[in-house]
Formats: sequence, structure tokens, C-alpha cells
Amino acid sequence: MVDMAAPLPAPTRQVDPVIAEDATSDTPWQAVVWNDPVNLMSYVTYVLQKLFGYPEPKATALMLDVHHKGKAAVSSGDKEKIEGDVAKLHAAGLWATMQHS
Amino acid sequence: MNGWRRSGRGSRARLVGTLEAQEAAVLRGLVGEVREMLAARSEEAPADELAVLTGLRPGPSTRPDDRVLARLLPDFSSDDADLSGAMRSLHEPDLIRAKDAAATVVLDTLPETGGRVELTAEQADAWLAALNDVRLALGTALDVSEDMPEDLPPDDPRSAHLGVYHWLTFVQDALVQTRMQLL
Repeated sequence: MVDMAAPLPAPTRQVDPVIAEDATSDTPWQAVVWNDPVNLMSYVTYVLQKLFGYPEPKATALMLDVHHKGKAAVSSGDKEKIEGDVAKLHAAGLWATMQHS
Repeated sequence: MNGWRRSGRGSRARLVGTLEAQEAAVLRGLVGEVREMLAARSEEAPADELAVLTGLRPGPSTRPDDRVLARLLPDFSSDDADLSGAMRSLHEPDLIRAKDAAATVVLDTLPETGGRVELTAEQADAWLAALNDVRLALGTALDVSEDMPEDLPPDDPRSAHLGVYHWLTFVQDALVQTRMQLL
């Protein structure tokens, strides 16, 4: 991700899974957003606020997880919900996948 | 383009910016190119008799060979090819339609000769998505990386395009910052 406020973002190559707090065993699927060199940190934060209604601090924390850890689970739920979430993330241009947790 | 400013409040809030004639031509050209690439991808989709009868054409189940298209239309799974194929077939036509709709909003609201652009919040969201698509396409074609320098050596063939890429980054980031004020 491109950080407009800091010109030298740390390269993120680490791919340890990061589990969102609300991802528990009864919500078996997760939408995962991956770091990429094009998407802006500001835009990723905005998309997470807009699509999921997350408050700004939560959206920023998830964006920073993506940026620093390589990826982050941004939503969880049943397969149908997560399929829809990933489709919306793709429409916004984020690099997102779904996974069974 | 010196950035975007907010005008008005509530449902009458608008995001206002000004583009030079040349900036408008560049942006309209790039948005049009991405749109054509996506339209060509749609045409590749299989059309059987049922699809002709119902008008519902399933999307392809395989990732585009072209890496720019592959970035615009990502896989749904990082490790399950069957899941990715099924999801792509189901969702890709809608994804292409959504991207085409966003591109159309830019082309409809940006005068060919440049000048003042005034967007509703909803139109600004379409601009953000379309600007992002253009940056993804250009960034993929240019092999942009996180540690990409601001300028490449003048003899690098990517040099001129990188300038356009950085300009698009500025336009998008400025629009995000202004759009966030309306949340």
C-alpha cells in the first residue's frame, strides 16, 4: 500500500495470518484483504469504513495490519455473506480473497 | 488539478475540483482504455443457447492470462482453485458491470475539455473506484513496487508513465481525504 504521509513505507513480505477479533469458530468464513503496492492506505481505510460501517479507528487498525503484516481478515460470517463481501471489495479494487477458518 | 474541496452540506454536499484540458484528456483516455479491456474480457465469456435465451451469461471460470486484467478481476481464493473458478463464473460479469458503471460516471462528469468537476458523494465513490482501477492497471503494467522512487532515470522507458501514475495517486488521495469528511 502506498502511504502518502510517509514516503518510505516498510516493505511487507510477512504472510502470517492475522485474525480479526470478531472472527470466531461460529463464523467459519473470512474475507481477507492482502497488501499490494498500488492501493493507498487512505483509500483502504475509507473502503473498510464505507463497506462495513466500521468506525475510523477499527478501519485504520485493519488497514495497518494489511500494510504491516501482509494481510488481514476484515470480516467474518457464513459463506454467502463473505462471498458478497469479497465481491464488494473487488468492486472497490482491493485485493481480497475468502477463506475457511 | 489542485485537489478537491467540499461545497455545501448534507444531501447537497458536493466535491469540487478543476482539471486542465490535458489532464482531462489523459484521465478520460485511461478510463476508456480500462473500460475497453474489460469489455473485451466480457466478450470472451461463453455464450450457450440458454445464455442467449435468458440473457444471463455466466462468466469464465479461469483467471485472465493478461496480468493487468488478472489484477482488476482477482481470484476469490488464494489456495482453492475450484472455489475461485466457481466464484469467478458467478461474480465476474457483475464485477465488470460495476467497473464499467464507475468508468461511465467519470466520463459523464469530466468535461472533454477539462474544467470544473462537481460530484455528489455517490459520484465521488464511483470516481474513487475508477481512479483506483486505472492506477491498478497502470501500476501493474509499470511493475510499481512499494519502494518505487518518485522519479526513474530519464532513459527508463517507464519514466513518463510513472509521472502520470503519481499524478493519479495525488488525485485519488486528495479525493479520498475530502470524501471522508462527508462520512
